[in-house]
Amino acid sequence: MFEILDYLKDHVLMINLLIITIYLGFEIISKVPTVLHTPLMSGSNAISGIVIIGAIILVRQADSSDYLTLVLGAVGIVLGTINVVGGHAVTNRMLEMFKKK
Amino acid sequence: MQYIELLYIVSTVLLIVGLRKLSSPSTARNGNVIAALGMGSAILVSIFSPMANDQGNLLYIFGAIAVGSVIGMVYSKKVEMTGIPELVSVFNGFGGACAVSIAILEAYKFDASSTIGLMGTTYMALFIGGVAFTGSLIAYGKLAGKVKDWKSGISSYFNLVWLALCLGLIVYQVANPSAYEYLPIIILVVSLIYGLSFVWPIGGADMPVVISLLNALTGIAAALAGMVYGNMVMLLGGVLVGSSGAILTILMCQAMNRSLINVVVGGFGASATSVAADQGDIKETTANDTAIMMRYAQNVMVIPGYGMAVAQAQKACKELDKSLTSRGVNVNYAIHPVAGRMPGHMNVLLAEADVPYNKLIDLDDANSMLSDTDVCLVVGANDVVNPSALDDPGSPIYGMPVLEILNAKNVIVLKRGMSKGYSGIENPLFFHDKTKMLFGDAKDTIETLNNEVKVMD
Repeated sequence: MFEILDYLKDHVLMINLLIITIYLGFEIISKVPTVLHTPLMSGSNAISGIVIIGAIILVRQADSSDYLTLVLGAVGIVLGTINVVGGHAVTNRMLEMFKKK
Repeated sequence: MQYIELLYIVSTVLLIVGLRKLSSPSTARNGNVIAALGMGSAILVSIFSPMANDQGNLLYIFGAIAVGSVIGMVYSKKVEMTGIPELVSVFNGFGGACAVSIAILEAYKFDASSTIGLMGTTYMALFIGGVAFTGSLIAYGKLAGKVKDWKSGISSYFNLVWLALCLGLIVYQVANPSAYEYLPIIILVVSLIYGLSFVWPIGGADMPVVISLLNALTGIAAALAGMVYGNMVMLLGGVLVGSSGAILTILMCQAMNRSLINVVVGGFGASATSVAADQGDIKETTANDTAIMMRYAQNVMVIPGYGMAVAQAQKACKELDKSLTSRGVNVNYAIHPVAGRMPGHMNVLLAEADVPYNKLIDLDDANSMLSDTDVCLVVGANDVVNPSALDDPGSPIYGMPVLEILNAKNVIVLKRGMSKGYSGIENPLFFHDKTKMLFGDAKDTIETLNNEVKVMD
């Protein structure tokens, strides 16, 4: 139990940021028109690909003989990149169609 | 060189600004570009910032990024506009899988010095990422028509038990880290199965809500992974997606007048009870009659649905619209918030066919215009015009706002056959006195209507 409290205490700054960002996320989206729900979902989906950074850090720190980490980490990077690149590209395609008058 | 990490802050700001701009129609395109720049810079920083115990391995990193970029680009260019919801779902699943691969590797690095908080966070990232992964794949399969709804009375109990099992195993593992070597793998498998069993029973029209929910989950998994690495941009980016995804999910539920619990626990359509068999007769009409009716109408309202999109009838519809408009008929399009496979999906499909934005009328305005409408042309729409939502408390969609097209003087329904809609609910509209059916492929029928209108002068 104390270990959990200690963990929270050591991460006070992070928890602060967490709360502010949760609130920010709610505020940013709270008045979005229905027309944009699909592009917005797709765009925020691309942003969730930020998890790729974890895979990159993992591979950077992996020993060059630790093939399990290297391969599984690389697979993670591939999947994350598909999420990021594909997500932004498909969102752009959708939004392009709104532009034409 | 430590200053390079300050660039993470720039990336975070770009992500926030990008998301903000994405939620307003005039700035959405820029928003997407800004968010992409933020992502790009964050990824570059993560590759080049100085790091303790750095082994390089740049070949693996750049190789993987190149492969992922090519796959992502190819699929996003190749996809039909009607297939976008499926694709978004798959992409989201990959994000979840990425979180899973990190978390499982981290889980096997734990030693005596690892704190409970760190372990708990990692296992939660594993669990949520796993649920987002398999859940998204099932959602993809359902949208693409490859996976059928499956529902039985016990599925929600099974899900509760399974969820408790997942969380129980995680608590046990964190409390006894070295008890069983294979427990992290078992937690992974149980999480993956929970993702399947959680999404599988959720029926037809609720899929957009589920995809949005899974998207929020992927964001939360990313945020948890960010806590594991103490990486701010991962944490904040993930939380931003998690919280904005959560509110978007709630907004979608509101558009359908349903609660989130209802969506997740109660099936919608999969177990639709059939209404009494005595529905009256259907009345067929001909293209010629319909064309005459529209040609001499004052106001025509088109109600597009997913059926229009699969028949690729948007362009034909736009041509018919042009012919009628040049002959003094007012043509508008009534867009239900959940027309298509996702909210706003229909607007994208019509925009692709160059239908002017100001002709797209949203639900409330359309409903107030319908009493002055002479002809309502329903093109491949089903559930969004179902009058059961208004007057049949026994219907699974009772209470959902729909287009009240029976207020119009005439209703023509273009349909291929008498099959039920995506949600599998019977539609009494087709048997109503005011309704006439015009069977056939939507694109061919609309082209025929257009030719008939043209030869009338």
